[in-house]
Amino acid sequence: MTATTLIQNLPAGDAVATHKPILRERGQHEVFCGLTSIIWLHRKMQDAFFLIVGSRTCAHLMQSAAGVMIFAEPRFATAIIGERDLAGMADLNDELDGIVERLLARRPEIRMLVLVGSCPSEVIKLDLDRAAGRLNKIHAPDCRVMAYSGSGIETTFTQGEDNFLSALVADMPAEEPDAGPSLIVVGSLADVVEDQFTRILQGFGVRKIAFLPSRTSRDLPPVGPNTRFILAQPFDNVTAQALVRRGAQQIFGPFPYGEWGTTGWLRAIAEAFDVDPERFAAITGPGRNRARQALEHYRGQLAGKRVFFFPDSQMEPSLARFLHGEMQAEIQEVGTPYLHRAHVAADLAALPETVQISEGQDVDRQIDRARAAEPDLIVCGMGLANPFEVEGYSTKWSIEFVFSPIQGYEQAGDLAELFARPLVRRSRLKVEA
Amino acid sequence: MELATWTYEGPPHVGAIRIAASMDGIHLVLHAPQGDTYADLLFTMIERRKTRPPVTYTTFQARDLSGDTAEIFKTACTDAAERFSPDVLLVGASCTAELIQDDPGGLAKTLGLAMPAVPLELPSYQKKENWGAAETFYRLVRACAGSERRDRPESAQRVCNILGPSSLGFRNRDDIEEVKKLLDLLGVEVNVIAPLGASARDLMRLPDAGFNIVLYPEIAGSAAKWLARIHGQELVTIVPIGVGATRDFIADVARVAGVDPQPALAAGERLSWYSRSIDSNYLTGKRVFIFGDATHAIAAARIADEELGFKVCGLGTYTRELARDVRIAAAQYGVEALITDDHLAVEDAIFAAQPELVLGTQMERHVAKRLRIACAVISSPVHVQDFPARYSPQMGLEGANVIFDSWVHPLMMGLEEHLLQMFRDDFEFNDETQASHLAAVAPKGYGTAAVDGPEPVSTHQDIKLQAAPEALAWTEAAEKELKKIPFFVRGKARRNTESFAVERGVNPITIETLYDAKAHFGR
Repeated sequence: MTATTLIQNLPAGDAVATHKPILRERGQHEVFCGLTSIIWLHRKMQDAFFLIVGSRTCAHLMQSAAGVMIFAEPRFATAIIGERDLAGMADLNDELDGIVERLLARRPEIRMLVLVGSCPSEVIKLDLDRAAGRLNKIHAPDCRVMAYSGSGIETTFTQGEDNFLSALVADMPAEEPDAGPSLIVVGSLADVVEDQFTRILQGFGVRKIAFLPSRTSRDLPPVGPNTRFILAQPFDNVTAQALVRRGAQQIFGPFPYGEWGTTGWLRAIAEAFDVDPERFAAITGPGRNRARQALEHYRGQLAGKRVFFFPDSQMEPSLARFLHGEMQAEIQEVGTPYLHRAHVAADLAALPETVQISEGQDVDRQIDRARAAEPDLIVCGMGLANPFEVEGYSTKWSIEFVFSPIQGYEQAGDLAELFARPLVRRSRLKVEA
Repeated sequence: MELATWTYEGPPHVGAIRIAASMDGIHLVLHAPQGDTYADLLFTMIERRKTRPPVTYTTFQARDLSGDTAEIFKTACTDAAERFSPDVLLVGASCTAELIQDDPGGLAKTLGLAMPAVPLELPSYQKKENWGAAETFYRLVRACAGSERRDRPESAQRVCNILGPSSLGFRNRDDIEEVKKLLDLLGVEVNVIAPLGASARDLMRLPDAGFNIVLYPEIAGSAAKWLARIHGQELVTIVPIGVGATRDFIADVARVAGVDPQPALAAGERLSWYSRSIDSNYLTGKRVFIFGDATHAIAAARIADEELGFKVCGLGTYTRELARDVRIAAAQYGVEALITDDHLAVEDAIFAAQPELVLGTQMERHVAKRLRIACAVISSPVHVQDFPARYSPQMGLEGANVIFDSWVHPLMMGLEEHLLQMFRDDFEFNDETQASHLAAVAPKGYGTAAVDGPEPVSTHQDIKLQAAPEALAWTEAAEKELKKIPFFVRGKARRNTESFAVERGVNPITIETLYDAKAHFGR
């Protein structure tokens, strides 16, 4: 199964035309660094603790983002590098060992400690992989220690998850030599979405289904040549490479947003597992009908609306495809922090050629473009959203797509509602800001 | 290296941004890696500011490190100067940029900018947010106010500046209003309020006032001392938080300005009576642990001890610069001051002190939750709920009223406390549950409503549903799936599904029915 075969299944008229050249920009990037991925990863994997090795800025970022919740037992912290460490008066590795010991003594229930690299630790070239190896020897088997980078200089927002998952791949056991075919769905999903996909895939007759990340560090799925995997999130690119290196075969499809996206995504899996087309139709039929019905509630609010996407999570091309293809919205610009063409090929091909795709950012110029385009809805980060609202634009803050169950048939309506909500709200409120 | 689950202050460059964001016509160019723009959210989300903070970040990435990051800084600086044409440009570096040592100040000088550029040295690995704010404000005041002492007419002695209020300061917006009311009663005129709302031109006018009121010494202390030295302006440093402190403040302002304090002293607040009324009797001797910035912690301790009749069982601050003042205060209440920025040390101290109420920052709310102790917020760091829409000063007369309400609220009310001591095994009111005025949580296992979250009040539709309750059943799998729906919408989902099932004669309800109903209703 390749991207090309899927593109052949696309609705006619929209297909593989030559797109506008991609606009690549460099300037101020108004985006999060990869450390922010800890905010959902620590809820997903409940026995893991994320220890950032960085500066006070990193600690401040985390508490500004997550600290509105009140934590009796936080599952993340920062080892703040001080002046003594930089001046070489203290050995950084000894200091780190001491901190890990203190932390694990305080929190003996932690089963996996994740050292997370930051800009300062990368710039001073503190080797966290080696540190993790050393600490693992001390604390295994009670606590597994691993490392990945979430620094801003190397990662943008969701790429933090990608680096974490690719580090987990190294930890996954090898599958048995005579193992039957198995499937791994890659990318953090809401628990309820995982359960829905599991039921559908079981209906296809896929016996071994696993999700990465798993809900605890102790049940990582095995991997090998009989393993197939599919991305459920468009940003887990390095993880895909890591799985391929371990012999797994990648399945390509559109991302499971809306009725069309979910069907395309499931069909890609079905074809890889030789599922009988009638069975496929029978299993997916009720969900498809429900998704279509649910989307109908919001089409009136979204059809014909002009939408402008700022870069944030790499989900933008696929979300734009959903808005265009299923809600008949008009897409003006799709910004993405990083474009992995092969992984979003099916969604890109379904976007009309008039859409400007931009990779990277020069935020002031992009703001100029957005104002000139006069969009009905701007999808952007929270640093820009309120200021745009004050200027009279409706905005949808983009981070919410990472924090909401939006994949699959049963969530198709919810996804449309996320886009429709700000428009509805603007028309409902009778007070001017 | 230091282990921080929570940090009381951000890095010093966040302090610099707070000053730039407080003022008009000031722009900051910050050499910083991609991702440090998160700081914008402090202003646009937590403080709900309507415009982007005036900061340009260079947002360099790893691939830039092998190239010329100094060039990136220069471009960002030139572009920002041209696009925003501020009156003054501030230039500085964040923690990562400090490591690569590009010297923003030196680089900005070479650019031939149309406006003055004030370089900021912000040692990120030694200093913190408030220091960064104080240093930035001091640099700006020095650059704008000039060091020539000006002649002032005698009438200037009745004119003051208010120094310290800033963007992201705890209740600063409303504190200013309250202090202005007091000054109005005294007949004292306000010359400049800074940094909040001030421009570079306003800073140039600072020396015209006869004296300075320092509301937040953490932010304005160093600038005010400089103004006292260079421009001979007297200082009022009493912070008017609490009834007693407000009276002292009024007396001190009146002394410095040479006016009659009586009109302001005559104005009343409600804390004094509320605290004397018999309902407050049970507050006597309640053990309270206080932690925050030095200004708010010291003020809170005095209110707790003298005005509410609590017993101060712990007092501390993360403001090392003002540690001495906190130690002196703590000695008055017979406790040893806790001077630390280590959240775990604070947690240990709270555990050891066993208070009934914690007055602290957003960070103490985490500890209080863990130890199940009542808690109210008195100081930064705070989150979005402490930038309220309503008028909620801490200072002056209305500030005292606000404080009375917000500190007493988390405590269990008197009657409930009495009854709990008498009857311990009540299924609804017991040790395991929160004070009943705080959360409408029904006891565990008490009807399905408890599991499913609050059910809306009965409507016509409910009555129709209840007509056939026995016939309608949920399969075990569907019931489990329902539990995956967040509790705050679960009640609604259950009702929607049941009415959908009744309408279509579906029984029992399966997972499919649940999702059919969801698609049907659209939410």
